[in-house]
Amino acid sequence: MDTNSLSSRKLSQSLLAYGFITPSLFLMLAIIIVPTIVIIVLSFTDWSFGDPSFSFIGFENYITLFEDEVFLKSLTNTIFFMIVVLPLSIILGLGMALLINSVTRGAKIYRAMFFMPVMASQVAMGIVWEFMLHPTVGLSAHIFTLFGYESINLLQNESTGLLTIAFLTVWQFAGFNMILFVSGLTTIPSDLYDAAKLDGAKGVIQKFYLVTWPMLGPVTLFIAVYTLVRSFQVFDYIHVLTKGGPNHSTELLSYTLYVEGFEYFRAGYASAIAVVFLLLTLAITFLKTYYFEKKVHYK
Amino acid sequence: MIKIDLKTALRHLVLGITSFLFALPFIWMVITSFKPANEIFSDELSIFPQNWAIVQNYTDAFTKVDLLGFLYNGFVIVMIIFFIQMLFSIPAAYAIAKLRFKGSKIFFAMVIFSLLIPQFVFAIPVYFELHLLDLLDTYFSLIYPWTISVFSIFLIRQFFMTVPDDLLHAARIDGMSEFTIAWKIMLPIAIPAIIACGIVSVVTHWNDYFWPLIAISNDTLFTPPLGVTYFKDEAAGTDYGPLMAAATIIVTPLVIAFLLAQEKFIKGLSSQAGMK
Repeated sequence: MDTNSLSSRKLSQSLLAYGFITPSLFLMLAIIIVPTIVIIVLSFTDWSFGDPSFSFIGFENYITLFEDEVFLKSLTNTIFFMIVVLPLSIILGLGMALLINSVTRGAKIYRAMFFMPVMASQVAMGIVWEFMLHPTVGLSAHIFTLFGYESINLLQNESTGLLTIAFLTVWQFAGFNMILFVSGLTTIPSDLYDAAKLDGAKGVIQKFYLVTWPMLGPVTLFIAVYTLVRSFQVFDYIHVLTKGGPNHSTELLSYTLYVEGFEYFRAGYASAIAVVFLLLTLAITFLKTYYFEKKVHYK
Repeated sequence: MIKIDLKTALRHLVLGITSFLFALPFIWMVITSFKPANEIFSDELSIFPQNWAIVQNYTDAFTKVDLLGFLYNGFVIVMIIFFIQMLFSIPAAYAIAKLRFKGSKIFFAMVIFSLLIPQFVFAIPVYFELHLLDLLDTYFSLIYPWTISVFSIFLIRQFFMTVPDDLLHAARIDGMSEFTIAWKIMLPIAIPAIIACGIVSVVTHWNDYFWPLIAISNDTLFTPPLGVTYFKDEAAGTDYGPLMAAATIIVTPLVIAFLLAQEKFIKGLSSQAGMK
């Protein structure tokens, strides 16, 4: 090929490339990037939906936010919720993956059963759980009676409500983590286990510490970040089951944002919550990229 | 020999019990949807229905609210969303993976940045955007925010990256046009990724509750999750039989779809997990 046709090739390649990315670029700007900038700007205003005008009020929304008891409670709830959901859904996911990997028969059936909650609508399953946990006719009520306890309402309860919703979330996330761990396990070369055996590693537990766990490092990190980010986006269970109550004890940030933005239509104030939300997501990601990534690289 | 068998048996026992507990809400949902009200509200716990109310409950689910209409809305919306996502994501993924052009790095950085933004962050401006255009409460408003899927661009790019450049050079020297290369060589390679994106997209938007909740108030446009809560509030009250029937109806399509596509889905996702 002569240089002339090569450079025309280059030109046609970049023309094609621009044609290929333009629709995505335009939509990404219109739906995600510009709105994210707008949210940051709005968070410094007093705007409400429907108001013809607004004025800039500096950091006032943020100051109000951190004096607002409901917001502070919601923020603490969200962090508590993440701390409960993260380890449980990872340990359950890993445990199931290891067990499924160790059996030959029935693996597919177990995998499908664990994965069912991942596919199912949180709204529909939330309603099912609400019925199962019903204080008089639910399955939980029968179990309480069986063991001689007074039945309680686990959801509408200041001390157990948030934990119960965290439990439902673990139930729903664990299967997804299991699938990712299963695929992570298949990438571990079997000669590593042979080598560990030659080095004198005995038993399942030693092999796990020497080979499996270090090799799963990158997958585990990915799962941890993904679980964290998704766990503070839980909204459906709250809206369907408790509406954040009783006394805001089950309110998470996503729900506070919804109430302020779409029930009270305080757009400026809700935008400030959205910015806090965004900062939390970014913090988790940066922590992953700049701190943990160095420690779990085994390639 | 006996030792190994014991071990295997123990593993099956643990797996059996935990997977049963994971599936219990589904089992409970289906069983309850077969029971008449007096058995559901009885003090005595009975696992299986004594009298079957299956016809009654499922008829109620379809007649007390327009459940069929909600299912139809859900179906139309997820299909259109997935089609548009692929229409735009596949070419974009190909461009960043294999074509050289100025700004490709910036574009990819924007994709990565967008991956991090949760829907709660852009919901307020997009809601207002649609309000200004007087497009809330339409099919369009349910579809528009999801026409871009940065996750799909990212996942499909990962697959395109595995194609060796030499193969593409050879095809170019053979005189294949860029378009033919994209269509004939690249697209078939991305099929596992496209299936994985399809499942993620369909599951996400079939089940999505937050966005339809704020964008839609007209009940003829309700999606399945909105329909079920509407049913709970309006029609069924505390009559759990028909409510569980409605829940079963909206959950079943996805569970069946996953069971059919299980292997391919896992294959498509594992590439993503492998690369972090």
